[in-house]
Amino acid sequence: MSFTLTTPSGFWNPLFWVIFLALFGLISYLIYLRGNPSYKKESDQVKPYLSGNIEPTKEKVQVKAGDIYWGFIEALKGYYKVLEAIHTGDIRDYILWYLGVGAIITFILIGGV
Amino acid sequence: MIEHLPALMVALPLFGAFIAPLFKKHHEGVSIWAIFVTGISVVLSLLLTKEVVTNGIIMYVFGADKPTLVLPSGYAVPIRIMFEVDAMGAFMAISATLMSFIGAIYSYSHVKKDTGLEKYYALLMLLEAGILGMVLTGDLFNLFVFLEIAGIAGSALVGFRNYRGEASEAGIKYLIVSAVASLMVLFAVSILYGQYGNLNLAYIAKNVSFNMVDMIALGLLFTSFAMKCGAVPMHYWVPDAYTEVPAGINPPLLVATYASLYALFRVSFTLFANVVIDLARVGWIMSILGVLTMFIGVTMALIQKDVKRLMSHHAISQTGYMLLGVGVGLTVLHDPSKLAEFGRDAMAGGVFHIINNIIYKSLLLMTAGALFYVTGTRNLNEMGGLARKMPITTISFMVGAAAISGLPPFNGFASKFLIYETSYRLNPLLTVFAMVTSVLTLASFVKVFASAFLGPPLEKFENKREVPKPMIVAMLILAALCILFGLFPNVVLDKLVYPAVDALINFAQYHSWGGLA
Repeated sequence: MSFTLTTPSGFWNPLFWVIFLALFGLISYLIYLRGNPSYKKESDQVKPYLSGNIEPTKEKVQVKAGDIYWGFIEALKGYYKVLEAIHTGDIRDYILWYLGVGAIITFILIGGV
Repeated sequence: MIEHLPALMVALPLFGAFIAPLFKKHHEGVSIWAIFVTGISVVLSLLLTKEVVTNGIIMYVFGADKPTLVLPSGYAVPIRIMFEVDAMGAFMAISATLMSFIGAIYSYSHVKKDTGLEKYYALLMLLEAGILGMVLTGDLFNLFVFLEIAGIAGSALVGFRNYRGEASEAGIKYLIVSAVASLMVLFAVSILYGQYGNLNLAYIAKNVSFNMVDMIALGLLFTSFAMKCGAVPMHYWVPDAYTEVPAGINPPLLVATYASLYALFRVSFTLFANVVIDLARVGWIMSILGVLTMFIGVTMALIQKDVKRLMSHHAISQTGYMLLGVGVGLTVLHDPSKLAEFGRDAMAGGVFHIINNIIYKSLLLMTAGALFYVTGTRNLNEMGGLARKMPITTISFMVGAAAISGLPPFNGFASKFLIYETSYRLNPLLTVFAMVTSVLTLASFVKVFASAFLGPPLEKFENKREVPKPMIVAMLILAALCILFGLFPNVVLDKLVYPAVDALINFAQYHSWGGLA
């Protein structure tokens, strides 16, 4: 059974990628083995250092989905304002978009453009 | 039996659907019945595909003395209802039966607590019958009928959990959108029937004269199927429907969406393939719709906080890749050198992406369903640290997320790779959009992974544990397919995808009624 997929500009062989991943995993494991042997998983070592302050609850330190990519979304505020405005959730708008796009496509097809 | 396979493909799930209400008081029985029926359908679709790939197009004439008797003596045109199954139809049939089967397995536990399961499973099998009819028929009016069956069954399933207001609303929206699109399909079919006096796809294709009325019919069909497959800017119904439908129905509902995409390809290639002058124009419209769909879909996904809604926007985005791949092929269909150079491979990328997306998107929507099953919420802000509680769901999610993002060696990579390489030949800007979309796809799945699965274990989920076994089995089958299709892309391409693509390109074969005319 062949693994090689020939494409218009070259080829793709997933086997090479798997070998690369295995090699990468092996190197990572070797680095891991050279780690500090005095580390104890079930001790105070695993607690975060907060300059003597009490550790907040897990719920409070959790990164929420809404916080992720805040900067990206803020930078594209103008773009998202338009996009959210057209996603009205109103079925009448759904049909209007359909009719509008249908009219444009038919116009192009009958030679209008 | 082999010669009756096309009819059996539709008859079996129909029979299953009509028997399902008899299990009204045996909820476990109806689940097993649905798994059994959909499982047999998978076997039938594999047999059908083997037959088509080995012996070419299969014709099936309903009501004829012999099912292969296309033109009885004295007849110059086909008058009966005909199924015409080529490799593209068979490819879609495999997708439909496989996903209905996996959906039925997953549903065994997922909807166990709901009432009215006999209706649920009857609708699931009806949806399967509708999809199969759409992809196997060679008749335009039949296409409309099965489109309606799939649309009505799909909308009823979207609104299945009618104790949730959002589900009822989404179901009604889906029903109205489907009805409007179907009505316009019927209008276009009647235009063509008025002109050519026949409803047979191949017959009309051979006689189509490309006048203004034909082009209006093409415009109506194109737009209606584009809306039904969720192309931007007519995609608004998709997030509502995919979010509210029970996760076990997501796989067959995805295939129902792509059956409309199939109809769009069938109309563009088979019905109007002889329109030499205007076909490039249709191809460009398809490619531009594809780029818009992929980019707007993914950017909308990035800002979602509802895990299923986020994934539903991704389903829209991925449709863009299919439109782009096949659109590129359609643009150069009548240019033999460009078609051989990159057009055929572009179409292969697009068609391969259909089955890849059906697999990993179903997997991802099922993991979202698993999260909802365990936590009782779809809000990502309220989740966290679930990887320890749901290890198999987490691994399944990681496989699905890697596949949809086009990371090698998962299945999404191979089809996206083909689309990037080939769309670049038509216009590099198309590829830029496709690659940026992939990066944003990965980014939004990192968001889901970080917020739902990673982080410190939350107290409120302390007593939660992994989903039941049938749900795990369904997810693992799909995860395994993501890896297998990624490791052996050329096997899938050679056995399924390229025959399907060639069936679309060699439209003259489809027009010849199995070699009789």
